[in-house]
Amino acid sequence: MDHREALIAASTNRSNPSEAAPGIEVKGLSLTYPEEPNALTDINLSIPGGEVTAVIGPSGCGKSTLLRCFNRMNDMLEGCSYSGSIILNGLDVLDPATDVTALRRRVGMVFQQPNPFPMSIYENVAYGPRIGGVRRRRELDEVVESALRLAALWDEVKDQMNRNAIVLSLGQQQRLVIARAIAVRPEVLLMDEPASSLDPISTLRIEELIYELKQSYTIVIVTHNMQQAARVSDRTAFLNQGRVVEYDSTDKIFTNPAERATEDYITGRYG
Amino acid sequence: MSGDLQRMRYSIESVRAREEKLGAVMSAMTAVATLLALLSVVMFLGFLIFLGGDWLANAQSATSGVDQPVKSNFEVLLWGGAELAVSGGVFPAIVGTIVLTLVMTVIVSPLGIVVALYLTEYAGTGWHTRLLRIGIQNMAAIPSIIYGVFGLAFFVYVIGGRLDNLFFAGNLPNPTFGAPGLLWASLTLAILTLPTVIVATEEGLLRLPLALREGSRALGATRSETIFRVVLPAATPSIMTGIILAVARAAGEVAPLMLVGVVRYAPTLPVSVEAPFIHLEQKFMHLGFFVYDLTMHAPGSEGRVGIVAASGLLLVLVIATLNLAALLLRLRLRRTFLRTGFE
Ligand SMILES: Nc1ncnc2c1ncn2[C@@H]1O[C@H](COP(=O)(O)OP(=O)(O)O)[C@@H](O)[C@H]1O
Ligand SMILES: [Mg+2]
Repeated sequence: MDHREALIAASTNRSNPSEAAPGIEVKGLSLTYPEEPNALTDINLSIPGGEVTAVIGPSGCGKSTLLRCFNRMNDMLEGCSYSGSIILNGLDVLDPATDVTALRRRVGMVFQQPNPFPMSIYENVAYGPRIGGVRRRRELDEVVESALRLAALWDEVKDQMNRNAIVLSLGQQQRLVIARAIAVRPEVLLMDEPASSLDPISTLRIEELIYELKQSYTIVIVTHNMQQAARVSDRTAFLNQGRVVEYDSTDKIFTNPAERATEDYITGRYG
Repeated sequence: MSGDLQRMRYSIESVRAREEKLGAVMSAMTAVATLLALLSVVMFLGFLIFLGGDWLANAQSATSGVDQPVKSNFEVLLWGGAELAVSGGVFPAIVGTIVLTLVMTVIVSPLGIVVALYLTEYAGTGWHTRLLRIGIQNMAAIPSIIYGVFGLAFFVYVIGGRLDNLFFAGNLPNPTFGAPGLLWASLTLAILTLPTVIVATEEGLLRLPLALREGSRALGATRSETIFRVVLPAATPSIMTGIILAVARAAGEVAPLMLVGVVRYAPTLPVSVEAPFIHLEQKFMHLGFFVYDLTMHAPGSEGRVGIVAASGLLLVLVIATLNLAALLLRLRLRRTFLRTGFE
């Protein structure tokens, strides 16, 4: 095992780092909000493990809603109901009997706005492991360090672990939040427009990071940036008005889409 | 057509002119009001410092015997004496005020925080929650003497009487907790300031971005883990503000205290160096009441103004110190939550 594999092994539950992260099977998923009965309609997606899948589409088409189904974040919203199934490595995600907190430890999430907790850098990353019952300081130290290394933030913050995370730049905050998600050792990482509030250089760093991370995690990323989708993803799903219009390899979608609507959207001809 | 346009333009201009004039008048009025407010504060403090300080600087010579050492007015005020015409000095009154405020804070803070947590995080948005909230907000409008009456009736007689029957039956018919005292006075003030802490805490909790809670939940934290490990710490600055406001209000109250534990003269302090250190059942003295008492009983008309001003000055100083202490605590905490954007 080289250094990188050791890091990955330390940050995942897999003893063999070359073992692929699991895929996600979405079948017949529909979702309604009280004011938006067709937020998602009959979504079918087969998301491969260990790859980056981009979800693109016009604003309000249901990208965030779809992403938030994978870790059942929509459960927190009143009056939101869904049907269909999402299977993650044999786990029936949408089954009411599924332990949601355990699910969320397997499926991490990074939000559009960096949302570090107003506590120290160390405590931010240690938060998930602590919740998960890790008490020993040495173990916490190790998890925090490997997560920060994997998120490419360690060198910048290793001398200021006790400073409040709020003092970091936005780009650093977003990488910190990614480290915080990694520290829980998830199998899937959900990213909802993770770079949309960042400057171009920070955006580039996040994209590089995504590229690095896909060796160890199944990544689903929502983005409204076509170039970004083309750069970072292996597969792309184009959503419109709560439906999947087209889902294929990113190359195919961006060079030779089957649907007219997809072509219109990626070429910017969309209303 | 052009006539219509002309008329419209004219009316727009006249509205704009009127608004500008109104704005100028408003800002002038604000300036005058601010000036007046500042002036009255300066005059008020100046009056206290001038008259009170003058009296404090003088020595008490006329009434003391020839062989007695001359006592400074400051000592007289501090420890009391015949010259003061009230028994205790201002020292036990200061101690009483501070201890009362501290015990009140210890009671009201957790209570207020728990109620606010319940209202914002658990109670939902039904009509009974709204009713409860309206009730709490209107508690602030109740005259404080009513709290005193409530404290006497409920805390002293009902709860205190019950406690005596249960645990201090040996002392009866002498009451232990069945009489006004420090605990009941603190509780009464805690009820009085409860809405302040609740409202400030609630505002702090509601102002936190949803992203903070979602961030925690997305890591597999339960609702209560999120509340106690992320939400509550992040709302600490607001909670501290509420506690400061509560202290400010409590330190200035006198009327309700006269019913539930404050007396003209208490032979011992409510705190001591040996266990149990604090005597919650004791009656105690209080600065606000001390000033009132002095005003009513101080000798002569010239001496009176000086004494009253001096003790008033002390009252202001003690309240200012209590507030400052709370403020410093808040500043310290704020540094911990530096630039959180959650305030
Ligand atoms: N919490 C909610 N309650 C009600 N409607 C919502 C909620 N969140 C999103 N919606 C609606 O669902 C649709 C999809 O929203 P969203 O998934 O946020 O779109 P996207 O992320 O693609 O911009 C929109 O019409 C939006 O108004
Ligand atoms: Mg969105």
